[in-house]
Amino acid sequence: MSILIKQGRVIDPANKRDGVFDLLIEKGKIVKIEENITDSAQTVIKAQGKIVSPGLVDMHVHLREPGREDKETVSSGTLAAAKGGVTSVLAMPNTEPAIDSESIVNLLASIIKKDAKVKAYISAAITKGRDGKKITDFKNLKKAGAIAVSDDGCSVDSKTIMLKALEEAKKEDILVICHCEDHSLSKKGVMNKGFFSTKLGLCGISKESEYKMVARDIELAKKTGARIHIAHVSCKESVEIIAKAKAKGIRVSAETAPHYFSLIDESVSGYDTNMKMNPPLRGVADCQAIKKGLADGAIDAIASDHAPHTINEKAIEFDRAAFGVVGLETELAVAITELIDTGMLTWLQLIAKMSLNPSRILNLNQGSLGINSPADVIVISPDKEWVVEEENIISQSKNSSFLGKKLKGLIDYTICQGKIVYQSQ
Amino acid sequence: MEKWTKKDLLGLEELSREEIEHVLSTAESFKEVSTREIKKVPALRGKTVVNLFYEPSTRTRVSFEVAAKRLSADVINVAIETSSVKKGETLTDTGKNIEALKADIIVVRHSSSGAPAMLAESLKANVVNAGDGWHEHPTQALLDMFTLKEKIGRIQGLKVSIVGDIAHSRVARSNIWGLTKLGALVTVCAPKVLIPEGIEQMGVRVTHDIDQALKDADAVNVLRMQFERDESAAFPKQLEYFKTFGITSQRLKKLKKNIIVMHPGPINRGIEISSEVADGENSVILEQVTNGIAVRMAALFLVSNSQQE
Amino acid sequence: MSKERIILSDQDIKKILQRLAHQIVEKNINPGELVLIGIQTRGVYIAQRVQAIIKEIESQEIPLGILGITLYRDDLTTIGPNPVVKETKIGFDIKGKRVILIDDVLFTGRTVRAALDEIMDFGRPQGIELLVLVDRGHRELPIRADYVGKNMPTSKDELVEVKLKEADSLDQVTIKTKNGKVD
Repeated sequence: MSILIKQGRVIDPANKRDGVFDLLIEKGKIVKIEENITDSAQTVIKAQGKIVSPGLVDMHVHLREPGREDKETVSSGTLAAAKGGVTSVLAMPNTEPAIDSESIVNLLASIIKKDAKVKAYISAAITKGRDGKKITDFKNLKKAGAIAVSDDGCSVDSKTIMLKALEEAKKEDILVICHCEDHSLSKKGVMNKGFFSTKLGLCGISKESEYKMVARDIELAKKTGARIHIAHVSCKESVEIIAKAKAKGIRVSAETAPHYFSLIDESVSGYDTNMKMNPPLRGVADCQAIKKGLADGAIDAIASDHAPHTINEKAIEFDRAAFGVVGLETELAVAITELIDTGMLTWLQLIAKMSLNPSRILNLNQGSLGINSPADVIVISPDKEWVVEEENIISQSKNSSFLGKKLKGLIDYTICQGKIVYQSQ
Repeated sequence: MEKWTKKDLLGLEELSREEIEHVLSTAESFKEVSTREIKKVPALRGKTVVNLFYEPSTRTRVSFEVAAKRLSADVINVAIETSSVKKGETLTDTGKNIEALKADIIVVRHSSSGAPAMLAESLKANVVNAGDGWHEHPTQALLDMFTLKEKIGRIQGLKVSIVGDIAHSRVARSNIWGLTKLGALVTVCAPKVLIPEGIEQMGVRVTHDIDQALKDADAVNVLRMQFERDESAAFPKQLEYFKTFGITSQRLKKLKKNIIVMHPGPINRGIEISSEVADGENSVILEQVTNGIAVRMAALFLVSNSQQE
Repeated sequence: MSKERIILSDQDIKKILQRLAHQIVEKNINPGELVLIGIQTRGVYIAQRVQAIIKEIESQEIPLGILGITLYRDDLTTIGPNPVVKETKIGFDIKGKRVILIDDVLFTGRTVRAALDEIMDFGRPQGIELLVLVDRGHRELPIRADYVGKNMPTSKDELVEVKLKEADSLDQVTIKTKNGKVD
């Protein structure tokens, strides 16, 4: 199968390319990228006025399989990914049961092989049952195919156990993805602690509960030399701590999610449970600090933290509703609306944050449009406006923070390993 | 006020100054009904009021029940233990079931902030918030303001101090919204751990010195302290609290003036207020209870006759 | 544009109230049994004036009560202007008394029905009589007035407006059609 994409504006941060080119895909690889390609191809995509970039690599996705197929499955989640321009996802291990043994990694891998519409990678748990007590077998998990470990959803509370985990991770050369939350501080909190939690009478989650744990994990990374990645950074102080650590040469990378640079805690007013996630939406200053952190490089990546929940877990009292929102189908549009349109990031920077950088953090050979690279390519209509509605969300769960909002930027084609896996109508 | 347009009474934050004043003046007319030999008017005859209480509360529930009955409504009390909710139906389902029984007004008390708003959104019935989490308790604040107005004649320019666990108090929040809208100067006073973040943005002054709070005030609203609520060590101990923040006659004597002492009840004698003060001449605690009926009659009457735009 | 026609001037009103007060006194030999109850808002003002005239005649002050009938209305749930609850104040025991119920205009009779119900909730009077300044007809209930200032045939869509100094800065009764035309 061959695909020729004509006259799109090619954005390829790996090769520092930003210009109008033709791009030819054959047998799952990029074979040519030139100003004018005259070769014939089975499929020709006219991409004038459109953006052509590497497929997005989303390193924080909850596919919910095995165990919570009522929320999402590998099949439905990766289909949603394709619609959002995401060609690689990293599946988080807080499934039921947790991905904490080789056999469960194997099980998930077999489901992925059978059902996944795009590439799906596996993160295993740091501790057995993600309870923060007993470390899993990193060596064998890696051998079975896990490319990172994380107890996402929880921190490893005990410093001793986290230290041990990082020592082990260093030895096995596996990335540790840190969910940073000091539970003794966040307690029963359900939204950001501040004026709006006071006004709404909701229990607050302090920023301290996040950044103190970021600081602790960075300290342990420094001590052990392990590679850590800070998940879903939401507040200003965390950005500052990460920037300082990077300046000191500590091996730390960080991601944020689109809702943290587009929404603030005020959005919780009205008790909209689609504004409930962990960490919570923060204040205006934090939102700006996240944008700045993306621009100056303190934050390496944007990941959706796609967290599907059924309506039964969301259409209830705010304090009882589940944390988390879906994001695969909106992340690029939110980023274009909030970061490109506002001039915070260039296209090269944005695509790096959503493709090349996460790929490098995860040691994947992706996020590049270089010759012979795997043909994970997307075609974007950057100016097309659309309104997020439940009906147009194809994820099994509809818990989006952006319902009813107008966004800019729509995916026309998602090509994964040389095959068109999504095409807009 | 031309028209009462609110289908529900969810909180004082969403009411305008005019709307609050309208409730208070309507309540004035209702107060007379309770002094009649036949304490009943037919205003809500044939209407069904359901008291849906997810939290145990005798006094608010009884007050609403009496108010509804004096308006000739039929009243049904439904108490649901929150602990059983986990297995049971959702709040919205319960609400819809009650509505299917042709209830006209649902008075709801819930431990989750925002629960009445959620109910109101999904139901045609009028919803009156009888206290939700730490969020609002509008009828309590309205009766507090009604009592103040009755005692002093105005709210505008009054200095009112609210003392106690502000962080976990819906009574405090509703009072702050209502009093500031009507032009009172509100001070909140509590130990640091009981002052919630950003409360100043609601237009109040914060102090940790009880004598300062009393010195400036025309009235003090003393909140019930619930020591069983918090297990953390940061929470002050009972005796220590009474010593530093308790409203005692010694403290009041020092003021050399008449200060009105209010309390939403039930009172903890010797914890946030001394018996002497609670039963003394500054206290209007029992009048608050009486006024609560008039205010709740007004609330039920107004939402029931609301004209949505 | 709606046209107004003046039905009663301030002098007319003055004369009428004099006459009605005298009728009351004539009919009720024992003024000690008599009480007046005015319906909010203009019925109260008329009652106060009647009270003053009787005082001149009999040099005795007849007790006066105020009735806000909103809560007894039968049209609370139908569409209409939002009801404003006006105060009721009856500071005496009505048991065994002869009540003169006073209102400005008698129309459908529904207000009087509500007032009768409300008075009954205060006790059992010996009897109730009705005084109105204007009876404009179109009764929907079997109610008639005992003391009528002026019988005034109207059509249903006409508007009878009573203005009294206490609220409106002049004494005057006018009639106008809702669509602006006077027949």
